[in-house]
Amino acid sequence: MLWIAIRMLTGDRQKFFGLVFGIAFSTLLITQQLTLFVNFLGRGTTAVYNISSNDIWVMDPVSRTPDTALAMPSTALERVRSVDGVEWAAPHLREGATVRTPDGDLERVTIIGVDDTSLVGLPDAIIAGDRNALAMPDSVIIDSVGTARLFGEEVDPIGTRLELNDRRAVIRGIVDAEPTFTSQVILYTRYSNALTYVPGARNRLTFILVRATDGTDPQALVDRIESETGLRARTREQFARDGVDYLIENTGIPLNFGITVTLGFIIGITIVGLTFSLFIRDNIKQFGALKAIGVRNHMIRKMVRAQAAVVGLIGYGFGVFGATLFIKLFEDDPTFKGFYTPWQIPLLSLFAVFVILAITGYFSLRPVLRVDPAEVFR
Amino acid sequence: MSGDIAVSVHGVKKSFVTAHHVHPVLHGIDIDVAAGDLTYLVGASGSGKTTLVSIMAGILTPSEGTVKLFGTDIFAMDHRHLVDYRLSHIGFIFQQYNLIPTIDAAANAAVPLIARGVNRHDALAAGNRMLERLAIGDQAAKYPHQLSGGQQQRVAIARALVHDPRLVICDEPTAALDARSGRRVMDLLHELAVGEDRACVIVTHDNRIFDFADRILVMEDGLITHDGKEVPVEEDMDGTA
Repeated sequence: MLWIAIRMLTGDRQKFFGLVFGIAFSTLLITQQLTLFVNFLGRGTTAVYNISSNDIWVMDPVSRTPDTALAMPSTALERVRSVDGVEWAAPHLREGATVRTPDGDLERVTIIGVDDTSLVGLPDAIIAGDRNALAMPDSVIIDSVGTARLFGEEVDPIGTRLELNDRRAVIRGIVDAEPTFTSQVILYTRYSNALTYVPGARNRLTFILVRATDGTDPQALVDRIESETGLRARTREQFARDGVDYLIENTGIPLNFGITVTLGFIIGITIVGLTFSLFIRDNIKQFGALKAIGVRNHMIRKMVRAQAAVVGLIGYGFGVFGATLFIKLFEDDPTFKGFYTPWQIPLLSLFAVFVILAITGYFSLRPVLRVDPAEVFR
Repeated sequence: MSGDIAVSVHGVKKSFVTAHHVHPVLHGIDIDVAAGDLTYLVGASGSGKTTLVSIMAGILTPSEGTVKLFGTDIFAMDHRHLVDYRLSHIGFIFQQYNLIPTIDAAANAAVPLIARGVNRHDALAAGNRMLERLAIGDQAAKYPHQLSGGQQQRVAIARALVHDPRLVICDEPTAALDARSGRRVMDLLHELAVGEDRACVIVTHDNRIFDFADRILVMEDGLITHDGKEVPVEEDMDGTA
């Protein structure tokens, strides 16, 4: 009978495709939007995870995230270095600036000042140029997203001169780093050099990157730094989480994506519900005849479930494929660099499809179960 | 041709209850249909024919009375067994055929076997064989909308007979057919659905096929008012005397 159920479904092509479209569209919307949501939230962590060598971030007590920070006096660096368990502590500056390209375009950029000698704070993956070139005067290393934004894919920016906050800067390398939430162009330079680029304020040390000595528990060191210096200290994981929390609490991202995902769910229920109801209504006589002939309600339920399962699996497959294709098509776009679909999201979409089909199937099935087989004689 | 009792209806009453009224439809029906008989139920619209035949088929429960099919009291069974009994022992032919439009004629004919869990390949083979017997074997791969009314009716007959039921219930089997097709359908029913151990009950208004009947029961206002080989001359099938 399940074979007949499937043939009943697929034989009515208009409704079959309508049902598949409804599920596919819902799955696409839910999967794609959740993927974007998760990855955009992940952007809150990239500034932290782009640097791999430190265990701890130290900052002014009011600082919240890499992009929401208040600079500290330079003396804070020595105080942190004096805490027991600190193997090394390096200054780290993050500051906004304006750059003028050779074409005359203006662009907001983030200047990151890394430790002059160790270059701690510079991402590991250099894709062009040489990290040691930062020792040269006015040298900066640009991130790959910034390269694409300022120069496009065709132009090699190495050696290009920029006007950075009214000062000369020469691009000496390109670093492969995940963009931050704001997707601003990032220019890395030595800390001492960075101080010359940013406007002269009294305090310009934004963060201190700390490595714990072997055998020291980072959390214990965090507690010690806070108690001994009065500064705020966070492990990498804690600080990355702070970035995500900040985005959740201070942006409309959860609400906007939540609304879109909910709309996807509602659209799914509406399209599938209406089409499924029409399909059942068109076949109610046949279902009545089957019941009169001797097909039990139990089998009718299985038939409708089989129809829902076929529609669900095909629609879900198309939807997930569409969402994956979307990510694939835009993988070269700087905005979507590094985006991926965590395995939990397709599972979540599958659950949403199941709920959509369970709700619509339940309401569509009711008239079939209620139809009096004697009706076929009337 | 008559033999054992195929359908035994005794003291059957049926009322339909609505919010404010009780509508009695059958007022106490007593009939025995013999195996081997082609029995017609005729009468005006609203006389209770459909209700009676639905009760005989076990798809409508009587308010009072008993119905036995080949000695089995069908309403003494639980619902599940009654549905299974219907699937095994009763064949249905509906006025509107109610074929499944998205499967071909052979598959439509095989539905009762498929519903009984017979292997699909075997069921389809049996459906094809039945269509051959009904002289439309060459239409087996066609879908209902590709068939004429007469051909669709034959597919419906094939579906009713494919599982070799002992009782065939037909609702206006010739109403949508021209006289020639209607008589051909009745020939087939007479040949295939009636036998020593089986019976066929037909609800009809179609006086063009009355000569096929072994017995005609005329119903009026929920009662059998005539039982014989022919319809009384004065009876008008529209219900007016």
